[in-house]
Amino acid sequence: MDKLKAFEEDVVKGYNKDLPELWPGDSVKVHTKVKEGNKERIQIFAGTVIRRRGGRGLNGTFTVRKESYGVGVEKIFPYLSSTVEKVEIIHRGKVRRARLYYLRDRRGKAAKIRKKGY
Amino acid sequence: MLGLIAKKLGMSQIYEDGKAIPVTILEAEPGIITQIKTKEKDGYNAIQVGFINTKESRLTKPVMEKLKKVGAPAKRVLKEFRIDNTNDYNLKDEVKISIFEEGETVDVIGNTKGKGFAGVMKRHNFAGGPDGHGSMFNRRVGSIGNCEFPGRVVKGRKMPGHYGDVRVTVKNLKVVRIDEEKNIIAIKGAVPGSKGEYVNIIKKGN
Repeated sequence: MDKLKAFEEDVVKGYNKDLPELWPGDSVKVHTKVKEGNKERIQIFAGTVIRRRGGRGLNGTFTVRKESYGVGVEKIFPYLSSTVEKVEIIHRGKVRRARLYYLRDRRGKAAKIRKKGY
Repeated sequence: MLGLIAKKLGMSQIYEDGKAIPVTILEAEPGIITQIKTKEKDGYNAIQVGFINTKESRLTKPVMEKLKKVGAPAKRVLKEFRIDNTNDYNLKDEVKISIFEEGETVDVIGNTKGKGFAGVMKRHNFAGGPDGHGSMFNRRVGSIGNCEFPGRVVKGRKMPGHYGDVRVTVKNLKVVRIDEEKNIIAIKGAVPGSKGEYVNIIKKGN
């Protein structure tokens, strides 16, 4: 089992990724690579982190939620996927749970999260 | 046809072009060539490779004597590979994981996990019956044939019985990654057997 872990660690190192630690409640901008035909461009998905899963290893993902034209949109990003170019943290949020699923039932001001440190 | 015996370490995932790929991680320690068979002498061309280190006391004397003659350490399994041209191989050469390349396809042979005496739903993917409303046909076999004609159960009728623990070949699996230093190979998809089980990885073609 340890040999498997050692191999996984090597793989993770090989990706040479250094995304910041994300926590539920953080407001983030996720820069993703989008392929259109032969062209590649960067698309930004801005929203709130509502969940993190599997740490920052090979299985690690985080879920970002935002409201787009009145429709709630959630995207799950793998930490180590090369499509995730970088993640900007706009500000950290103060929340009291690890999974912010309650945001799904709220809209507008009710879905706001207090900034950390205020 | 050349191959290796590898130990299944477990499954994981690897990212390729941003996509997560399921992989099986296997450890394949180098084998050592213990005999070269030629058409003139043995009637066919092949190399015999010894795999999996073991204690000397675990082998029978004839096998150990043979290995000693070659100068090879104690190996648990001696496996033969038919090869057309044996001139490229020498006794005591190592057969390493580097015989594979990343991106090529291989076949993997192994014993599947034993499931014991399994019912017809698990063993043959029968649909089974309803669970509720007084159903007494939950996971049962159902009818196994007609009455007076043919008056017997047809041969090959799918029924409960022992399931699993069979030798299975999974064909055309892609080699995703090779670590020559650690003797580790990552193959896309699943491979028969549980963790710690030994499987054969066979190179395609000659």
